[in-house]
Order: sequence, then structure tokens, then C-alpha cells
Amino acid sequence: MATEIAASPPPDTGGSGPAAPRKNNPLLNRIWRNYVFVKVRKAFVVVFVVANVTFFLGRAMPGDPIDVMAGRLTQGGMSMNEARAIAMNSLAYDPEASLLRQWWEFLVGLATLDLGNTINRPAFSVTEAIGAYLPWTLFSIGAGTLIAIVLGLALGMVMAYRRNQFLDHVLSVVASVLGAVPNYLIAMLLVVVGGMYLGWFNPIELRGTLSPGVQPGFTLTFIGDAFYHAALPIFTYVLAIIGTWMLVMKASTTEVLGEDYVTVARARGLRDSRIATAYVGRNAVLPLVAQIAISFGTLVGGAIFVEQVLVYKGVGGLLLDAVNYRDYPLLQGLLIIITSCVVIANLAADLLYSRLDPRIRK
Amino acid sequence: MAVTTATGPAPAAGVWGSIWQGITRSTSGFIGLCLVLSVLLFSFVGPLLIDNHNPTDVSRIWGPMSSEHWLGTNHEGKDTLTQLILGGREPIMVGLMAALITVAIAVTLGAIAGYVRGRVDHFLLQLTDITMTIPFIVLMLVIASFYRTSSPMVVSFIIGLVTWPYLMRSIRAQVLTLKEREFIEAARLQDLGTTRILCVEVLPNMAGYIFINFIIAITNAIYAVVGMYLLGLLPSTADNWGLMIQQAWDNNAFLLPQAAPFLVAPMVMIMLFQIGLVTMTRSLEQALNPRLRDR
Repeated sequence: MATEIAASPPPDTGGSGPAAPRKNNPLLNRIWRNYVFVKVRKAFVVVFVVANVTFFLGRAMPGDPIDVMAGRLTQGGMSMNEARAIAMNSLAYDPEASLLRQWWEFLVGLATLDLGNTINRPAFSVTEAIGAYLPWTLFSIGAGTLIAIVLGLALGMVMAYRRNQFLDHVLSVVASVLGAVPNYLIAMLLVVVGGMYLGWFNPIELRGTLSPGVQPGFTLTFIGDAFYHAALPIFTYVLAIIGTWMLVMKASTTEVLGEDYVTVARARGLRDSRIATAYVGRNAVLPLVAQIAISFGTLVGGAIFVEQVLVYKGVGGLLLDAVNYRDYPLLQGLLIIITSCVVIANLAADLLYSRLDPRIRK
Repeated sequence: MAVTTATGPAPAAGVWGSIWQGITRSTSGFIGLCLVLSVLLFSFVGPLLIDNHNPTDVSRIWGPMSSEHWLGTNHEGKDTLTQLILGGREPIMVGLMAALITVAIAVTLGAIAGYVRGRVDHFLLQLTDITMTIPFIVLMLVIASFYRTSSPMVVSFIIGLVTWPYLMRSIRAQVLTLKEREFIEAARLQDLGTTRILCVEVLPNMAGYIFINFIIAITNAIYAVVGMYLLGLLPSTADNWGLMIQQAWDNNAFLLPQAAPFLVAPMVMIMLFQIGLVTMTRSLEQALNPRLRDR
């Protein structure tokens, strides 16, 4: 890790003056220092390091897949030797293989984008397993985040315009409370209050991602059913994140409202709606773009709790299984994919941000 | 914020004074403080006042609320209120410890990175990037199952170990701006030594900010511990709010109306504590950040 970092020239610290051409090709040098390239390069380094950390972290856990399965079998009254033999046969894992060899295979797999097969279900590749679960998580989180951000930004702006009025106070309290309550408790409250006391829905029936018999496809039944089952997670995410966005947007808008150009716009007699969208809204949202991406990372983590509580079959349950059964390839694959999602989101935010606000490219 | 002199205690007293002022000045901040204090009293003084003996009793499983059992009994026939009173210590202590560790790591690394700069800064920033990118819950999950039979101490250590990056970044940014100020320059010219300058000159100036982040770190840590209980990743030993919620949920308590107190009571306690802490920090932030105050 250290060597990699030492090898890359500090991209922004020595940013004063034009890039001093070092020894060789100035063109290569310019590409190497190009803003986009620096960001992409850093993203790759992060994913690579995370992948390796996962590899060793997994192996450092006590017990290997064979132990775990044998342990379960012996609970059913089987002798240890017998259980181990069965586990050895049914799992695609060789406990004798040296760590170095496993690492080499892992690195080769990484280079060829082959994440291998899962240990516990050797017939399935890691990509297939993740492909079956990840879309549900992305779908529910994506929909929840989108709704929460749009609503939160709108409400935050309203709060800033009505600063210190009754509406602002009420919304501030609501936002603070929502922001303080853990997302899994929000999910539980939804089930307890909405499902049991008010009887609006049947929480048991809502479990899972699809009703039995519904085939995935571009049909109305499928889309409706998917939304029906995802309603609780989506609603949970909306409630869990909207508070933060309201408060952040309120602060940001308040700041912009104090700027001279808003006063000037008012003095020019522009319509309020035009000031609100073209002057205030635009400039208030700009600093938040990066935060949207960062929030994505914490969300994926939080989804594990929410999915467990609501029995929604997303990537959270899969990850928990991978940890519990010591399914190393699946665990690595999941972490690489999740990390890549976060890295890509951050990268997209950085690049988008540099387009919106060229000052930061320097 | 307080003007810094070379003597240590004076600015520190000023900071605590303004923290106290900040909390008591706004109503919501004061309500938050009261909430936090009452939850703390409930879970730390409460256990001293009640009979800690809470036997399982198969004849009164899911008992109703009564004068004898104010909040009814649980799936093992244990008194819910007793469990509730005994169950706060562990999550709160873990939260406090974890927050201490988070803040300690973040402040140390942030101060070093911001002050020393160069290679060290570059390396620490990269490390931060990486730790920040792995969703901390995922990382925690993996490490937690690594130490399966973990004590509260280990749990708080794990949480502290994975939650420092955000704070480290903002501490670093603050040190970067503070570094350019005259009094730091003066201290450097006197050749006071990096450690001394950092501890005596730089950090006291950020005390209020660090305190706010310490409280935020507590809320994050409690979120994480209770979440880990929910996933069944922590040993089920002592009475504990997180464990109560997990037991209630796993026994499908939400389907039984008479089980509601056992499920809802610990949830309410945790929410009250979190809401109290967050409202407290909100008004503190406004009080300690003059830029927010004047608007």
C-alpha cells in the first residue's frame, strides 16, 4: 500500500503554478495530472486496496467454511470426522491450499474480472449470486434516496424562506427527530404502527421482494408487485434520510439568501419564482452534490439492518450469510461490488461537481 | 471562541462555559439536555434503586401490564421494566467508549496530517479515503464476526476503529486553517515542538467542535451497537436494550398486542436518548459557530 502511494506524485499539494514538466514526455505528464485521470486513478487504488483487505480480513476470521458446515452437521448428531468429510465433498474449498496460493488465484481472478464461484453453492458464480440480490437493494435505496432528496430539498428551501416562522419551527423539530432515530427503528415502528395497530397492511405478506408466482419481466404485474414489496423499505429510507436533507438544504439556502447577488436580483425586480429557482435554488444545491454521493455509502451499510428487519431479500441478507458461512469468494465479491458502487458514486459526484463549478479543478 | 494564550486551563474553561451557555440558551437544546440526563439517570441510578433479581417465570409468559409488572412480562416471563432499567448501561457505555476511541483516533491523525503535511498527510488521506469508502457497517460486521464472543469493550473498539474518517477529515481541515494564524506562527518561531504546539495551542481552539463531534460519535456508536444486536452478531448475555429489541423481533412480538411493551419500551428509550443527543448538538453547533448564529 505504502509503495503505491509513494509512487504516485502528489496531485494537488504542489498545485501552484503550471505543472512543472519533470523528466520525460510532457504529454504523458499532463495526462497523469489531468483532473479526471487523477480521480479515476485514485478510485482504482481504493478498490484494489479494499479488495485485498477483504481477502485477508476474511481469512483472518476464526473457522473456515468447512468448520462452519461441519459444526452445523455435528449438531444433528453426526461424528466430527464424518461431518468434515461431507463438508469437504460438498463445498468448493480446499483447506490445505496455502494462503499465498489462494491470494495469487484471487489476484488473477481480479485481473480477469472473474470473482469465482461461491463456496457454499459451488454451482453458482459469485456474480450470479450478487446479480440476483443487488438490483433489489439498489432499487429500494435508489427510489428512497431520490424521493427523500427531492422532498428534502424542497422542504428545506421552504424552511429557509419561512425562517423563524411557525412552519419552520415545526419542520425543524420533525427533521431533527427523524434524523436522530435509527433507520431500523423507523422500519420497526412502521410495521408495529402501520401494520398492527392501524392495520393498513399485512407486514408478513409484504416480506420478500416479489409475491410467489410473479415472473420478472417488463409487465405491469411485475412492476406493481415489486413496488408493493419495496414500499416499506423505500418509505423507511425516505423517513430516515429526509430530515438531514431538509436541515442541510435549509442551512445552504439561508446562506445563499444573504448573498449580494440575491439582493441585486430582487432590486432588479425579478419575479420571486425566478429568483428562487435560477438564483437561490441552483446555488444552494451546488455544494450538496458531493454529499449526495457520500450519503450513498452510508446508506448501503444501513440497508443491511433495514433489510434484515423487514425481511427484504437484498444484498444485506446475502452479506450476512457470506460472513456467517465464511463464504470467502462471495464476501470478497460483495465488498468489491459495494465498494465499487460507492467509489463510482463519489467519482460521478466529483466529475459532475467539477463541471458545475470549474474553480475546484484548479 | 476564547482567545488563546500560552496557558492551558484558561481557554479550556472558556470553552466549557460557552458549551454550557450554548445548551441552556435555546429551548430545544435544554430539552435535549434534559432528555439525555433523564435517560442517564434511568439507566445508571435506576439499577441501584431496584431489586436486580429478575427470574424467568414460565407461568407468566407475555403477562399484561399490571401493578406488579408495570410494563408486563416478556417471552420468558421476566419483568420488562426491570430489564429496561438494567438494559441501558451497556449500550450507553459502549457508545461512550466507542466515541472516545473514534475522537481520539480522528483528532490524533487529523492534527498530524494537517500540521505535518507532506508524505504523512498524503498517506493518511489515502488511508482515510479507503476506510471511508468501505461502508462502515459492512466492515464492522466482518470484524465483529471475527471476534464472535466479544465483550462490550471489544465492540466499542471495533466501532471506534471504523468510524473515524469523517471527523479526521474535518479536524485536518481545521488544523490547516488554524496553522496559518499568528499565534501558531509565534509558537513555531519559539521552537516549542510539534507535540506541544498541537496540544497546547491548536487543539484547545477546536475543543467545542471536538465536543460536538464526540456527541455525534456517541449517537453513531449506539446506532451501530443496537444494529449489531439486531443482526444477532453480539453475544446474548447481559440485559441490554438492543438484545431486548432483537428478542422481541425474532419472536414476532409485533404480531402479539400484549408483547408491545417489551418491543416498544427499549425502542423508545433508545430514540429518546438519540433525539436528546442530536437536539443538544444542534443548538450547541449554533451557539459555538458564530456564522450560523448571526443569520
